[in-house]
Amino acid sequence: MIEFQEVSKRYPGGHLALAGVSFTIRHGELLLLSGHSGAGKSTLLKLIAAIERPTEGRVMMNGQDVGKLRADAIPYLRRKLGLILQDHRLLMDRSVFENLVLPLEIAGQSAREARKRAQAALERVGLKDRGGELPITLSGGEQQRVAIARAIVNRPAVLIADEPTAHLDPDYARDIAHLFQSFNDAGVTVIVSTHDPSLFCNARGRTLRLAQGVLTDEETS
Amino acid sequence: MIGWLAAHGRALGQALRRLRRQAFGTLLSALVIGLALALPATGLALFERLQSLAASVNTTPQVSLFLKESSGRDDRNRLERNFQADAQLASVSFVSRDTAREILARNGLADILDTLPANPLPDGFVLTLKSADPAAFQAVADRYRADAAIEHVQVDSLWVQRLDALLAFGRTVMLLLAGLLGTALVIITFNTIRLQLLTRQEEIEVSRILGATIPFIRRPYYWFGGLQAFAGGLIAWGIADGLLALMAPEVRRIAETYGAIFSLHRLDLLQVTGLLAFSTLLGLAGTGLALRRHLRAA
Repeated sequence: MIEFQEVSKRYPGGHLALAGVSFTIRHGELLLLSGHSGAGKSTLLKLIAAIERPTEGRVMMNGQDVGKLRADAIPYLRRKLGLILQDHRLLMDRSVFENLVLPLEIAGQSAREARKRAQAALERVGLKDRGGELPITLSGGEQQRVAIARAIVNRPAVLIADEPTAHLDPDYARDIAHLFQSFNDAGVTVIVSTHDPSLFCNARGRTLRLAQGVLTDEETS
Repeated sequence: MIGWLAAHGRALGQALRRLRRQAFGTLLSALVIGLALALPATGLALFERLQSLAASVNTTPQVSLFLKESSGRDDRNRLERNFQADAQLASVSFVSRDTAREILARNGLADILDTLPANPLPDGFVLTLKSADPAAFQAVADRYRADAAIEHVQVDSLWVQRLDALLAFGRTVMLLLAGLLGTALVIITFNTIRLQLLTRQEEIEVSRILGATIPFIRRPYYWFGGLQAFAGGLIAWGIADGLLALMAPEVRRIAETYGAIFSLHRLDLLQVTGLLAFSTLLGLAGTGLALRRHLRAA
Protein backbone atom coordinates (compact mmCIF):
# COMPACT_ATOMS: atom_id res chain seq x y z
CA MET A 1 0.00 0.00 0.00
CA ILE A 2 1.19 3.49 -0.90
CA GLU A 3 -0.11 6.46 1.05
CA PHE A 4 0.37 10.17 0.40
CA GLN A 5 -0.17 12.19 3.58
CA GLU A 6 -0.51 15.96 3.02
CA VAL A 7 2.41 15.87 0.60
CA SER A 8 3.80 19.12 -0.81
CA LYS A 9 6.76 19.53 -3.11
CA ARG A 10 8.41 22.85 -3.82
CA TYR A 11 11.38 22.90 -6.20
CA PRO A 12 14.49 24.99 -5.43
CA GLY A 13 13.38 27.72 -7.86
CA GLY A 14 10.25 28.20 -5.74
CA HIS A 15 7.78 26.41 -8.02
CA LEU A 16 5.15 24.55 -6.01
CA ALA A 17 4.55 21.28 -7.87
CA LEU A 18 2.30 19.58 -5.28
CA ALA A 19 0.30 21.18 -2.48
CA GLY A 20 -0.99 19.07 0.39
CA VAL A 21 -1.92 15.97 -1.61
CA SER A 22 -3.40 13.01 0.27
CA PHE A 23 -4.59 9.70 -1.14
CA THR A 24 -3.99 5.97 -0.86
CA ILE A 25 -3.10 3.38 -3.51
CA ARG A 26 -4.16 -0.14 -2.63
CA HIS A 27 -2.26 -3.26 -3.54
CA GLY A 28 -3.23 -4.52 -7.01
CA GLU A 29 -4.95 -1.29 -7.97
CA LEU A 30 -4.82 0.45 -11.36
CA LEU A 31 -4.47 4.16 -10.71
CA LEU A 32 -4.54 6.75 -13.47
CA LEU A 33 -3.23 10.25 -12.82
CA SER A 34 -4.59 12.78 -15.24
CA GLY A 35 -4.14 16.47 -15.67
CA HIS A 36 -2.54 19.05 -17.90
CA SER A 37 1.20 19.56 -18.23
CA GLY A 38 2.60 21.02 -15.01
CA ALA A 39 -0.25 19.61 -12.93
CA GLY A 40 2.21 17.67 -10.77
CA LYS A 41 1.78 14.13 -12.17
CA SER A 42 5.47 13.48 -12.86
CA THR A 43 6.49 14.93 -9.49
CA LEU A 44 4.03 12.64 -7.75
CA LEU A 45 5.49 9.57 -9.48
CA LYS A 46 9.05 10.69 -8.73
CA LEU A 47 8.16 10.99 -5.05
CA ILE A 48 7.08 7.33 -5.00
CA ALA A 49 10.41 6.25 -6.52
CA ALA A 50 12.39 8.59 -4.22
CA ILE A 51 13.77 10.44 -7.24
CA GLU A 52 12.46 13.53 -5.44
CA ARG A 53 11.77 14.03 -1.75
CA PRO A 54 8.68 15.80 -0.39
CA THR A 55 9.10 19.26 1.08
CA GLU A 56 6.23 18.56 3.49
CA GLY A 57 4.12 15.54 4.37
CA ARG A 58 4.94 11.86 4.01
CA VAL A 59 4.93 9.27 1.26
CA MET A 60 4.47 5.91 2.96
CA MET A 61 5.09 2.61 1.19
CA ASN A 62 4.23 -0.54 3.12
CA GLY A 63 4.64 1.45 6.36
CA GLN A 64 7.99 2.96 5.35
CA ASP A 65 8.48 6.71 4.93
CA VAL A 66 10.02 6.93 1.45
CA GLY A 67 11.04 10.57 1.93
CA LYS A 68 13.12 9.68 4.97
CA LEU A 69 15.01 6.78 3.40
CA ARG A 70 18.79 6.91 3.65
CA ALA A 71 20.56 7.43 0.33
CA ASP A 72 22.01 3.91 0.41
CA ALA A 73 18.55 2.37 0.94
CA ILE A 74 16.94 4.05 -2.06
CA PRO A 75 18.38 1.65 -4.70
CA TYR A 76 16.73 -1.28 -2.91
CA LEU A 77 13.36 0.53 -2.95
CA ARG A 78 13.68 1.20 -6.69
CA ARG A 79 14.40 -2.46 -7.41
CA LYS A 80 10.90 -3.25 -6.12
CA LEU A 81 9.38 -0.80 -8.58
CA GLY A 82 9.09 -0.96 -12.34
CA LEU A 83 9.76 2.54 -13.62
CA ILE A 84 8.89 3.81 -17.08
CA LEU A 85 10.00 7.39 -17.50
CA GLN A 86 8.60 9.90 -19.96
CA ASP A 87 11.53 9.74 -22.40
CA HIS A 88 12.14 5.94 -22.19
CA ARG A 89 15.76 6.47 -21.02
CA LEU A 90 16.96 3.49 -23.03
CA LEU A 91 20.71 3.14 -23.54
CA MET A 92 21.13 3.66 -27.25
CA ASP A 93 24.61 2.11 -27.49
CA ARG A 94 23.36 -1.20 -26.10
CA SER A 95 21.09 -3.74 -27.75
CA VAL A 96 17.48 -4.12 -26.67
CA PHE A 97 18.43 -7.32 -24.90
CA GLU A 98 21.31 -5.64 -23.03
CA ASN A 99 18.94 -2.87 -21.93
CA LEU A 100 16.69 -5.51 -20.43
CA VAL A 101 19.53 -7.36 -18.75
CA LEU A 102 20.81 -4.21 -16.98
CA PRO A 103 18.19 -4.09 -14.16
CA LEU A 104 18.66 -7.83 -13.64
CA GLU A 105 22.44 -7.38 -13.30
CA ILE A 106 21.78 -4.56 -10.85
CA ALA A 107 19.52 -6.86 -8.84
CA GLY A 108 22.28 -9.48 -8.78
CA GLN A 109 20.58 -12.11 -10.95
CA SER A 110 22.81 -14.74 -12.51
CA ALA A 111 23.63 -14.34 -16.19
CA ARG A 112 21.54 -17.39 -17.05
CA GLU A 113 18.49 -16.22 -15.11
CA ALA A 114 18.90 -12.72 -16.56
CA ARG A 115 18.87 -14.09 -20.11
CA LYS A 116 15.78 -16.17 -19.36
CA ARG A 117 13.87 -13.29 -17.80
CA ALA A 118 14.89 -10.78 -20.45
CA GLN A 119 13.69 -13.12 -23.20
CA ALA A 120 10.39 -13.69 -21.37
CA ALA A 121 9.89 -9.93 -20.96
CA LEU A 122 10.56 -9.35 -24.65
CA GLU A 123 7.96 -11.98 -25.54
CA ARG A 124 5.51 -10.38 -23.11
CA VAL A 125 5.68 -7.04 -24.96
CA GLY A 126 5.66 -8.63 -28.42
CA LEU A 127 9.29 -7.99 -29.36
CA LYS A 128 10.53 -11.57 -29.18
CA ASP A 129 12.83 -11.33 -32.19
CA ARG A 130 14.11 -7.79 -31.72
CA GLY A 131 16.51 -8.36 -28.82
CA GLY A 132 19.67 -8.00 -30.88
CA GLU A 133 18.72 -4.63 -32.36
CA LEU A 134 19.74 -1.24 -31.09
CA PRO A 135 16.84 0.80 -29.67
CA ILE A 136 17.49 3.58 -32.17
CA THR A 137 16.40 1.28 -35.00
CA LEU A 138 12.96 0.77 -33.40
CA SER A 139 9.85 2.94 -33.78
CA GLY A 140 8.65 5.15 -30.89
CA GLY A 141 5.99 2.59 -29.93
CA GLU A 142 8.50 -0.25 -29.98
CA GLN A 143 10.94 1.74 -27.87
CA GLN A 144 8.10 2.29 -25.38
CA ARG A 145 7.53 -1.46 -25.32
CA VAL A 146 11.23 -2.03 -24.63
CA ALA A 147 11.00 0.47 -21.75
CA ILE A 148 7.98 -1.44 -20.40
CA ALA A 149 9.81 -4.75 -20.79
CA ARG A 150 12.74 -3.32 -18.85
CA ALA A 151 10.36 -2.18 -16.11
CA ILE A 152 8.69 -5.59 -15.71
CA VAL A 153 11.78 -7.74 -16.13
CA ASN A 154 12.43 -7.76 -12.36
CA ARG A 155 8.80 -8.75 -11.71
CA PRO A 156 7.99 -5.63 -9.68
CA ALA A 157 5.03 -5.40 -7.32
CA VAL A 158 4.40 -1.82 -8.46
CA LEU A 159 4.63 -0.52 -12.03
CA ILE A 160 4.95 3.24 -12.46
CA ALA A 161 4.67 4.84 -15.89
CA ASP A 162 4.96 8.52 -16.70
CA GLU A 163 2.99 9.39 -19.86
CA PRO A 164 3.65 6.03 -21.57
CA THR A 165 1.30 6.82 -24.43
CA ALA A 166 2.56 10.32 -25.16
CA HIS A 167 3.79 10.91 -28.72
CA LEU A 168 2.32 7.60 -29.90
CA ASP A 169 -0.32 7.28 -32.60
CA PRO A 170 -3.76 6.11 -31.30
CA ASP A 171 -3.36 2.44 -32.26
CA TYR A 172 0.05 2.13 -30.54
CA ALA A 173 -1.30 4.06 -27.54
CA ARG A 174 -4.23 1.64 -27.16
CA ASP A 175 -1.84 -1.34 -27.40
CA ILE A 176 0.30 0.10 -24.63
CA ALA A 177 -2.79 0.79 -22.50
CA HIS A 178 -3.90 -2.84 -22.96
CA LEU A 179 -0.47 -4.00 -21.90
CA PHE A 180 -0.75 -2.09 -18.61
CA GLN A 181 -4.23 -3.47 -18.05
CA SER A 182 -2.91 -6.99 -18.55
CA PHE A 183 -0.16 -6.41 -15.96
CA ASN A 184 -2.79 -5.14 -13.54
CA ASP A 185 -4.97 -8.17 -14.25
CA ALA A 186 -1.96 -10.28 -13.23
CA GLY A 187 -1.98 -8.59 -9.79
CA VAL A 188 0.60 -5.84 -10.29
CA THR A 189 -0.19 -2.40 -8.83
CA VAL A 190 -0.09 -0.04 -11.82
CA ILE A 191 0.21 3.74 -11.53
CA VAL A 192 0.06 5.58 -14.83
CA SER A 193 0.08 9.29 -15.53
CA THR A 194 -1.72 10.18 -18.76
CA HIS A 195 -3.25 13.04 -20.65
CA ASP A 196 -5.87 10.68 -21.99
CA PRO A 197 -7.52 8.40 -19.40
CA SER A 198 -10.04 7.29 -22.05
CA LEU A 199 -7.35 4.94 -23.40
CA PHE A 200 -7.92 2.87 -20.27
CA CYS A 201 -11.74 3.02 -20.44
CA ASN A 202 -12.07 -0.77 -20.46
CA ALA A 203 -10.04 -1.15 -17.28
CA ARG A 204 -11.31 -1.28 -13.72
CA GLY A 205 -9.43 1.41 -11.88
CA ARG A 206 -9.41 4.80 -10.36
CA THR A 207 -8.55 8.15 -11.91
CA LEU A 208 -7.17 11.05 -9.87
CA ARG A 209 -7.21 14.45 -11.53
CA LEU A 210 -4.57 16.98 -10.66
CA ALA A 211 -4.49 20.68 -11.42
CA GLN A 212 -1.68 22.99 -10.34
CA GLY A 213 -0.45 20.51 -7.74
CA VAL A 214 -3.84 19.93 -6.12
CA LEU A 215 -6.13 16.88 -6.34
CA THR A 216 -9.35 18.13 -7.90
CA ASP A 217 -11.34 15.04 -8.72
CA GLU A 218 -11.48 11.30 -8.23
CA GLU A 219 -13.35 8.83 -10.40
CA THR A 220 -13.68 5.07 -10.11
CA SER A 221 -14.62 2.89 -13.08
CA MET B 1 30.66 -13.81 -0.52
CA ILE B 2 29.64 -15.58 -3.73
CA GLY B 3 27.42 -12.63 -4.61
CA TRP B 4 30.30 -10.22 -3.96
CA LEU B 5 32.62 -12.28 -6.16
CA ALA B 6 29.96 -12.54 -8.87
CA ALA B 7 29.49 -8.76 -8.78
CA HIS B 8 33.24 -8.25 -9.20
CA GLY B 9 33.35 -10.87 -11.95
CA ARG B 10 30.60 -8.97 -13.79
CA ALA B 11 32.39 -5.64 -13.23
CA LEU B 12 35.65 -7.15 -14.50
CA GLY B 13 33.83 -8.37 -17.61
CA GLN B 14 32.43 -4.86 -18.20
CA ALA B 15 35.87 -3.31 -17.69
CA LEU B 16 37.46 -5.75 -20.15
CA ARG B 17 34.76 -4.98 -22.73
CA ARG B 18 35.44 -1.26 -22.31
CA LEU B 19 39.18 -1.84 -22.61
CA ARG B 20 38.59 -3.77 -25.81
CA ARG B 21 36.27 -1.10 -27.22
CA GLN B 22 38.83 1.62 -26.43
CA ALA B 23 41.87 -0.51 -27.23
CA PHE B 24 43.89 2.25 -28.89
CA GLY B 25 43.21 4.87 -26.22
CA THR B 26 43.90 2.37 -23.46
CA LEU B 27 47.15 1.30 -25.12
CA LEU B 28 48.27 4.92 -25.39
CA SER B 29 47.47 5.60 -21.73
CA ALA B 30 49.22 2.39 -20.65
CA LEU B 31 52.26 3.35 -22.76
CA VAL B 32 52.44 6.78 -21.13
CA ILE B 33 52.18 5.15 -17.70
CA GLY B 34 54.81 2.57 -18.70
CA LEU B 35 57.23 5.20 -19.96
CA ALA B 36 56.70 7.32 -16.86
CA LEU B 37 57.44 4.39 -14.54
CA ALA B 38 60.26 2.82 -16.58
CA LEU B 39 62.81 5.53 -15.76
CA PRO B 40 62.55 5.38 -11.95
CA ALA B 41 62.20 1.57 -12.10
CA THR B 42 65.42 1.26 -14.11
CA GLY B 43 67.23 3.85 -12.02
CA LEU B 44 66.22 2.26 -8.74
CA ALA B 45 67.24 -1.21 -9.94
CA LEU B 46 70.61 0.16 -11.12
CA PHE B 47 71.33 2.10 -7.94
CA GLU B 48 70.24 -0.81 -5.76
CA ARG B 49 72.68 -3.09 -7.59
CA LEU B 50 75.50 -0.55 -7.38
CA GLN B 51 74.82 0.04 -3.70
CA SER B 52 74.96 -3.66 -2.94
CA LEU B 53 78.28 -3.76 -4.79
CA ALA B 54 79.64 -0.79 -2.86
CA ALA B 55 78.48 -2.38 0.38
CA SER B 56 80.42 -5.54 -0.43
CA VAL B 57 83.66 -3.59 -0.77
CA ASN B 58 85.69 -2.87 2.39
CA THR B 59 84.62 0.68 3.05
CA THR B 60 86.91 1.33 6.02
CA PRO B 61 89.11 4.11 4.70
CA GLN B 62 92.83 3.52 5.06
CA VAL B 63 96.06 5.38 4.32
CA SER B 64 98.83 3.41 2.61
CA LEU B 65 102.44 4.57 3.03
CA PHE B 66 104.98 3.20 0.55
CA LEU B 67 108.60 3.37 1.76
CA LYS B 68 111.54 4.43 -0.36
CA GLU B 69 113.70 1.60 -1.63
CA SER B 70 116.61 3.15 0.22
CA SER B 71 114.82 3.10 3.58
CA GLY B 72 116.03 0.61 6.13
CA ARG B 73 115.06 -1.01 9.42
CA ASP B 74 115.88 2.19 11.36
CA ASP B 75 113.41 4.16 9.31
CA ARG B 76 110.78 1.50 9.83
CA ASN B 77 111.33 1.46 13.60
CA ARG B 78 111.21 5.25 13.75
CA LEU B 79 107.98 5.33 11.80
CA GLU B 80 106.44 2.65 14.05
CA ARG B 81 107.26 4.75 17.09
CA ASN B 82 105.62 7.75 15.42
CA PHE B 83 102.52 5.68 14.69
CA GLN B 84 102.28 4.57 18.32
CA ALA B 85 102.31 8.20 19.39
CA ASP B 86 99.75 9.24 16.78
CA ALA B 87 96.36 9.65 18.50
CA GLN B 88 94.48 9.66 15.18
CA LEU B 89 95.43 6.09 14.28
CA ALA B 90 93.34 3.09 15.26
CA SER B 91 95.67 0.42 13.91
CA VAL B 92 98.79 -0.03 11.79
CA SER B 93 99.92 -3.02 9.77
CA PHE B 94 103.23 -3.50 8.01
CA VAL B 95 103.15 -5.08 4.54
CA SER B 96 106.58 -6.19 3.41
CA ARG B 97 107.51 -6.08 -0.26
CA ASP B 98 107.50 -9.89 -0.33
CA THR B 99 103.99 -10.04 1.16
CA ALA B 100 102.81 -7.43 -1.34
CA ARG B 101 104.22 -9.55 -4.17
CA GLU B 102 102.40 -12.63 -2.85
CA ILE B 103 99.13 -10.71 -2.70
CA LEU B 104 99.50 -9.50 -6.28
CA ALA B 105 100.45 -12.97 -7.44
CA ARG B 106 97.32 -14.37 -5.77
CA ASN B 107 95.25 -11.75 -7.65
CA GLY B 108 96.30 -13.12 -11.02
CA LEU B 109 99.43 -11.07 -11.70
CA ALA B 110 101.92 -13.87 -11.04
CA ASP B 111 102.83 -14.22 -14.74
CA ILE B 112 103.66 -10.53 -15.06
CA LEU B 113 105.68 -10.52 -11.82
CA ASP B 114 107.64 -13.55 -13.00
CA THR B 115 108.82 -11.69 -16.09
CA LEU B 116 110.39 -8.96 -13.95
CA PRO B 117 114.04 -9.34 -12.96
CA ALA B 118 113.32 -8.32 -9.34
CA ASN B 119 110.42 -7.51 -7.02
CA PRO B 120 109.52 -3.91 -7.88
CA LEU B 121 107.22 -3.44 -4.90
CA PRO B 122 108.20 -1.39 -1.88
CA ASP B 123 107.62 -2.09 1.82
CA GLY B 124 104.60 -0.31 3.15
CA PHE B 125 102.36 0.50 6.09
CA VAL B 126 98.56 0.45 6.07
CA LEU B 127 97.11 2.93 8.58
CA THR B 128 93.52 2.70 9.79
CA LEU B 129 92.13 5.87 11.35
CA LYS B 130 89.78 6.29 14.27
CA SER B 131 87.77 8.91 12.40
CA ALA B 132 86.09 8.54 9.00
CA ASP B 133 86.33 12.29 8.40
CA PRO B 134 88.02 12.93 5.03
CA ALA B 135 89.82 15.96 6.54
CA ALA B 136 91.52 13.72 9.13
CA PHE B 137 92.70 11.44 6.32
CA GLN B 138 94.14 14.35 4.45
CA ALA B 139 95.94 15.60 7.58
CA VAL B 140 97.50 12.17 8.25
CA ALA B 141 98.48 11.77 4.60
CA ASP B 142 100.10 15.25 4.55
CA ARG B 143 101.96 14.59 7.82
CA TYR B 144 103.61 11.38 6.59
CA ARG B 145 104.16 12.57 3.03
CA ALA B 146 106.76 14.95 4.46
CA ASP B 147 108.75 12.08 5.97
CA ALA B 148 112.08 11.45 4.22
CA ALA B 149 111.64 7.66 4.26
CA ILE B 150 108.32 7.72 2.50
CA GLU B 151 108.08 7.63 -1.28
CA HIS B 152 104.34 7.77 -1.79
CA VAL B 153 101.15 8.22 0.27
CA GLN B 154 97.81 6.91 -0.93
CA VAL B 155 94.38 7.41 0.66
CA ASP B 156 92.45 4.18 0.01
CA SER B 157 88.74 3.36 0.06
CA LEU B 158 87.59 6.90 0.56
CA TRP B 159 86.26 6.74 -2.97
CA VAL B 160 84.00 3.87 -1.95
CA GLN B 161 82.44 6.04 0.74
CA ARG B 162 82.05 8.86 -1.74
CA LEU B 163 80.54 6.43 -4.24
CA ASP B 164 78.19 5.11 -1.59
CA ALA B 165 77.10 8.64 -0.73
CA LEU B 166 76.62 9.41 -4.42
CA LEU B 167 74.60 6.24 -4.89
CA ALA B 168 72.44 7.05 -1.88
CA PHE B 169 71.88 10.50 -3.36
CA GLY B 170 71.06 8.99 -6.76
CA ARG B 171 68.62 6.59 -5.15
CA THR B 172 66.92 9.44 -3.34
CA VAL B 173 66.64 11.36 -6.61
CA MET B 174 65.10 8.28 -8.25
CA LEU B 175 62.61 7.89 -5.39
CA LEU B 176 61.62 11.54 -5.75
CA LEU B 177 61.31 11.01 -9.50
CA ALA B 178 59.16 7.93 -8.87
CA GLY B 179 56.96 10.06 -6.61
CA LEU B 180 56.60 12.78 -9.24
CA LEU B 181 55.96 10.37 -12.09
CA GLY B 182 53.63 8.37 -9.84
CA THR B 183 51.61 11.56 -9.40
CA ALA B 184 51.53 11.84 -13.18
CA LEU B 185 50.16 8.29 -13.32
CA VAL B 186 47.41 9.23 -10.86
CA ILE B 187 46.54 12.25 -13.00
CA ILE B 188 46.49 10.19 -16.22
CA THR B 189 44.12 7.64 -14.68
CA PHE B 190 42.03 10.39 -13.08
CA ASN B 191 41.56 12.01 -16.49
CA THR B 192 40.75 8.74 -18.27
CA ILE B 193 38.09 7.85 -15.71
CA ARG B 194 36.76 11.42 -15.63
CA LEU B 195 36.20 11.30 -19.41
CA GLN B 196 34.51 7.92 -19.10
CA LEU B 197 32.20 9.23 -16.38
CA LEU B 198 31.26 12.21 -18.52
CA THR B 199 30.54 10.09 -21.61
CA ARG B 200 28.61 7.51 -19.58
CA GLN B 201 26.51 9.96 -17.60
CA GLU B 202 23.28 8.71 -19.20
CA GLU B 203 24.13 5.10 -18.34
CA ILE B 204 24.93 6.09 -14.76
CA GLU B 205 21.68 8.01 -14.34
CA VAL B 206 19.60 5.18 -15.83
CA SER B 207 21.39 2.63 -13.64
CA ARG B 208 20.61 4.71 -10.56
CA ILE B 209 16.95 4.95 -11.52
CA LEU B 210 16.89 1.18 -11.99
CA GLY B 211 18.24 0.66 -8.47
CA ALA B 212 22.01 0.49 -8.89
CA THR B 213 24.01 1.13 -5.74
CA ILE B 214 27.06 3.39 -5.80
CA PRO B 215 29.45 0.40 -5.43
CA PHE B 216 27.73 -1.28 -8.40
CA ILE B 217 28.42 1.80 -10.53
CA ARG B 218 31.96 2.26 -9.24
CA ARG B 219 33.22 -1.31 -9.61
CA PRO B 220 33.81 -1.42 -13.39
CA TYR B 221 35.66 1.91 -13.24
CA TYR B 222 37.98 0.62 -10.50
CA TRP B 223 38.67 -2.48 -12.55
CA PHE B 224 39.30 -0.37 -15.67
CA GLY B 225 41.65 2.06 -13.91
CA GLY B 226 43.46 -0.75 -12.09
CA LEU B 227 43.87 -2.87 -15.24
CA GLN B 228 45.09 0.06 -17.30
CA ALA B 229 47.68 0.97 -14.66
CA PHE B 230 48.66 -2.70 -14.31
CA ALA B 231 49.23 -2.83 -18.08
CA GLY B 232 51.34 0.33 -17.69
CA GLY B 233 53.34 -1.46 -14.99
CA LEU B 234 53.91 -4.41 -17.33
CA ILE B 235 55.15 -2.05 -20.03
CA ALA B 236 57.44 -0.31 -17.51
CA TRP B 237 58.82 -3.74 -16.53
CA GLY B 238 59.54 -4.57 -20.17
CA ILE B 239 61.23 -1.21 -20.80
CA ALA B 240 63.28 -1.39 -17.58
CA ASP B 241 64.43 -4.93 -18.37
CA GLY B 242 65.34 -3.86 -21.90
CA LEU B 243 67.30 -0.82 -20.67
CA LEU B 244 69.17 -2.90 -18.07
CA ALA B 245 70.02 -5.49 -20.72
CA LEU B 246 71.27 -2.75 -23.05
CA MET B 247 73.41 -1.18 -20.32
CA ALA B 248 74.77 -4.44 -18.94
CA PRO B 249 77.74 -4.93 -21.37
CA GLU B 250 78.91 -1.33 -20.96
CA VAL B 251 78.64 -1.47 -17.18
CA ARG B 252 80.51 -4.79 -17.13
CA ARG B 253 83.29 -3.29 -19.27
CA ILE B 254 83.63 -0.29 -16.94
CA ALA B 255 83.67 -2.57 -13.89
CA GLU B 256 86.37 -4.73 -15.45
CA THR B 257 88.64 -1.70 -15.87
CA TYR B 258 88.52 -1.39 -12.06
CA GLY B 259 89.21 -5.08 -11.68
CA ALA B 260 85.71 -5.68 -10.38
CA ILE B 261 83.27 -8.33 -11.45
CA PHE B 262 79.91 -6.66 -11.81
CA SER B 263 76.87 -7.46 -13.86
CA LEU B 264 73.46 -5.86 -14.18
CA HIS B 265 70.58 -8.25 -13.67
CA ARG B 266 67.01 -8.04 -14.88
CA LEU B 267 64.45 -6.95 -12.29
CA ASP B 268 63.96 -9.66 -9.70
CA LEU B 269 60.60 -11.02 -8.57
CA LEU B 270 60.37 -8.65 -5.62
CA GLN B 271 61.13 -5.62 -7.77
CA VAL B 272 58.62 -6.68 -10.44
CA THR B 273 55.94 -7.32 -7.81
CA GLY B 274 56.66 -3.93 -6.25
CA LEU B 275 56.51 -2.17 -9.62
CA LEU B 276 53.20 -3.80 -10.61
CA ALA B 277 51.67 -3.20 -7.18
CA PHE B 278 52.86 0.43 -7.22
CA SER B 279 51.37 1.14 -10.65
CA THR B 280 48.10 -0.67 -9.90
CA LEU B 281 47.64 1.08 -6.56
CA LEU B 282 48.27 4.47 -8.13
CA GLY B 283 45.80 3.61 -10.90
CA LEU B 284 43.19 2.71 -8.28
CA ALA B 285 43.96 5.94 -6.42
CA GLY B 286 43.44 7.98 -9.62
CA THR B 287 40.18 6.14 -10.26
CA GLY B 288 39.01 6.70 -6.69
CA LEU B 289 39.71 10.42 -6.94
CA ALA B 290 37.83 10.71 -10.24
CA LEU B 291 34.84 8.79 -8.88
CA ARG B 292 34.75 10.87 -5.72
CA ARG B 293 35.01 14.08 -7.72
CA HIS B 294 32.62 13.30 -10.58
CA LEU B 295 30.24 10.50 -9.63
CA ARG B 296 28.34 12.65 -7.18
CA ALA B 297 27.83 15.28 -9.86
CA ALA B 298 26.95 12.72 -12.55
